[in-house]
Amino acid sequence: MKLTLSATIGICLTALFVLSAIFAPWIAPYPLDLAVGGVWEDPSSQYWLGTDTIGRDILSRLIYGGQITIFVALASSLLAFSLGAFFGFLAAVKGGWTDQILSRIVDMMMAIPSLIVALVILSVLPLNLTVLILVMGILDSTRVFRLARAVAMDIAVMDYVEAAKLRGEGQGWVIFREILPNALSPLVAEFGLRFIFAVLFISTLSFLGLGIQPPLADWGGMVKENKDGLIYGKAAALMPAAAIAALAISVNLVADWVLGRTTSLKGGRGG
Amino acid sequence: MAEPLLDVRNLKIGATVYPPGEPPEDITIVHGVSFTLEKGKVLGLIGESGAGKSTIGLSSMAFGRGGVRITGGEVFVNGRDILKLDHGGLRKLRGDEVTYVAQSAAASFNPAKTLMEQVIETCLLHGLCDRAEAEKRAVTFFKKLGLPNPETFGNRYPHQVSGGQLQRAMTAMALCPKPDLVVFDEPTTALDVTTQIDVLAAIKEAIRDTGVAALYITHDLAVVAQVSDHIMVLRHGKKVEYGTTKQIIEDPHEDYTRALVSVRSIEHEEKQPTPKPVLKIENVTARYRGTNFDVLKNISVDLHPGQTLAVVGESGSGKSTLARVITGLLPPSAGRITFAGRELSREQTARKRDDLRELQMIYQMADVAMNPRHTVGTIIGRPLEFYFGLKGDAKKKRIQELLDEIEMGKGFIDRYPAELSGGQKQRVCIARALAAKPKMIICDEVTSALDPLVADGILKLLLNLQKIEHVAYLFITHDLATVKAIADSIAVMYRGQVVRYGSKSDVLAPPFDDYTDLLLSSVPEMRLGWLEEVIAHRKMESAGN
Repeated sequence: MKLTLSATIGICLTALFVLSAIFAPWIAPYPLDLAVGGVWEDPSSQYWLGTDTIGRDILSRLIYGGQITIFVALASSLLAFSLGAFFGFLAAVKGGWTDQILSRIVDMMMAIPSLIVALVILSVLPLNLTVLILVMGILDSTRVFRLARAVAMDIAVMDYVEAAKLRGEGQGWVIFREILPNALSPLVAEFGLRFIFAVLFISTLSFLGLGIQPPLADWGGMVKENKDGLIYGKAAALMPAAAIAALAISVNLVADWVLGRTTSLKGGRGG
Repeated sequence: MAEPLLDVRNLKIGATVYPPGEPPEDITIVHGVSFTLEKGKVLGLIGESGAGKSTIGLSSMAFGRGGVRITGGEVFVNGRDILKLDHGGLRKLRGDEVTYVAQSAAASFNPAKTLMEQVIETCLLHGLCDRAEAEKRAVTFFKKLGLPNPETFGNRYPHQVSGGQLQRAMTAMALCPKPDLVVFDEPTTALDVTTQIDVLAAIKEAIRDTGVAALYITHDLAVVAQVSDHIMVLRHGKKVEYGTTKQIIEDPHEDYTRALVSVRSIEHEEKQPTPKPVLKIENVTARYRGTNFDVLKNISVDLHPGQTLAVVGESGSGKSTLARVITGLLPPSAGRITFAGRELSREQTARKRDDLRELQMIYQMADVAMNPRHTVGTIIGRPLEFYFGLKGDAKKKRIQELLDEIEMGKGFIDRYPAELSGGQKQRVCIARALAAKPKMIICDEVTSALDPLVADGILKLLLNLQKIEHVAYLFITHDLATVKAIADSIAVMYRGQVVRYGSKSDVLAPPFDDYTDLLLSSVPEMRLGWLEEVIAHRKMESAGN
């Protein structure tokens, strides 16, 4: 299948964000934490996106902030997927009590809004990146579990899975070699969406002060630092907000494309 | 000669295919087919899947299914070219002059409306008559088609009647607007043989009484021989042969037609039972969890080494459940199963690896029996690796040997199932079963999803392999022609019980019990007048009783 226009835009933008995050020290015009100008200076040739509440270059902070936002979102999504997909597949393959217990635990976790759970946990536990990633990953894995279980349920009743069971294959082979390759496409598409939710979630947490702590920069935290500027007509807070929106949209475009692609690939012939 | 009702001239039909990972491609499905059909006559369209039968049939309503386009030619109905009609004209044509009977009635009826509402819908929408008149017509057709309680039959919903009745209701729906032409698209293919014969007789009678013309599409030559005046044999979207039914059946000119006529003419000599059966099933009873009736009742059969036991019966008789019980997927509630001298554990998970290896299974739908993301090499190679620990070159060599055995040769190892034809897929499944060096293979309707000629090839292959590998088959099927071709012994199943069991010659020789008689007499035979004979025979018998 060919690249569509929206997919091309999505891939280019996503690549731009990821590359600038990786090569931040070389790209960023100023250091992360140095007050280089006045407070809330307007964008100029010197400071492309202006300066923030204590005179730091916003573009540089955006680039460094992208590093941490993307890293945390990626790590927590990966964790969510490993956990969610594994237990989802297990529930689908095992069925019976395993399925009941796992599904009810997930139901319980999903019954409470994840932001509230995260706020409670993070206010008790020490605030560092590992804790943050763990909490977000585990909370998000419930949604992946649901999807993985549903997809695997469809696959688990296929004759080829029965054939593998009749051969005497263990759970490992059934899950990783029979089910996973066929469930991968919808999961990859879902990964894009979950990644965006992770970006929004970490930004929300930082905005509330429970996410990434200063002096590290991240986009949600930057909105928080600069939000007072809005009262004085300063656009500083809008820059990181726009970055969050742009990343979300571009990853979404890619995810859409992957999803569309997989439905036409499924099963080879006839849709 | 009077003007024909349907005149198809040089019809060309194309479609766009989207092969994965490649640019879309335009292909031709029908390459310039011409034929005519006179009023009141029946033309049978026959051919294997992909021959373009249905596509041609639907073109007589100027309709192309799912992205199919009519790219050339002319189709005249009652003297006017329907391909030039506008939307309104087409809408009038479909329903007023031409109607359609689909293969799967169960999927074609709206479950939320009564049968009557749907049967008379066309009449009302097209303003052909008022409701009272339409309902009267419908009841007449219900009567004619032999439906029970024709006066009230229409008040039922689709799920309240059987598959055969639903198919007849759809025929009534097609006939109700009194069209000039009805397109029957495999109307009996999804039915059991015992049901098929009633529907076939009803359709034939209705066609005769109403004087409507019909296109009868099917892949079963024996069926079409019973209802049509002329037959057109199609292959790969081209006309192979056209002639009267008598000529096609008795004196086919083309090789392909000859092959179709002589299909299932495999000769198989029955083997004698041995003292030590490889599989012994004793008094097995089973039920599904959460239900309160036994789907298998007290089944006892033996299967001898290197022989074939055919398990025959209509759908719902418990054939496939028996397979599930033998493989241990459904533990029996009573009885014992002895395999190769050892008693098998009831649960599949408790069985030893050798028991699993020596008892293999081949499925009906080869499509879903193979992981679409595995290559042929992985599919056949996995049992070699799993049971015998073969790796690397040794494994590859053995895979190639197996591929040679199933007559597929080189170049298939790296292919994916989607890149194989239906027959090739089933062959790969056979190779996968053979890779385990089994003593016995359960074949669950392995040929019923295949075209007759392809199915023949698979049956021949299975018989050959039996000679070489000395493997026993438990062959589950509803097709008696297949049974005659390959079985050494036969078990006839009906409602979860074995009603007749013995060697092939015993089971197929009279005197018959009622069910076996019904089953045997329902298998369409490739000759003219067979349907009339059977119906007359049955009428006589029921009168005698």
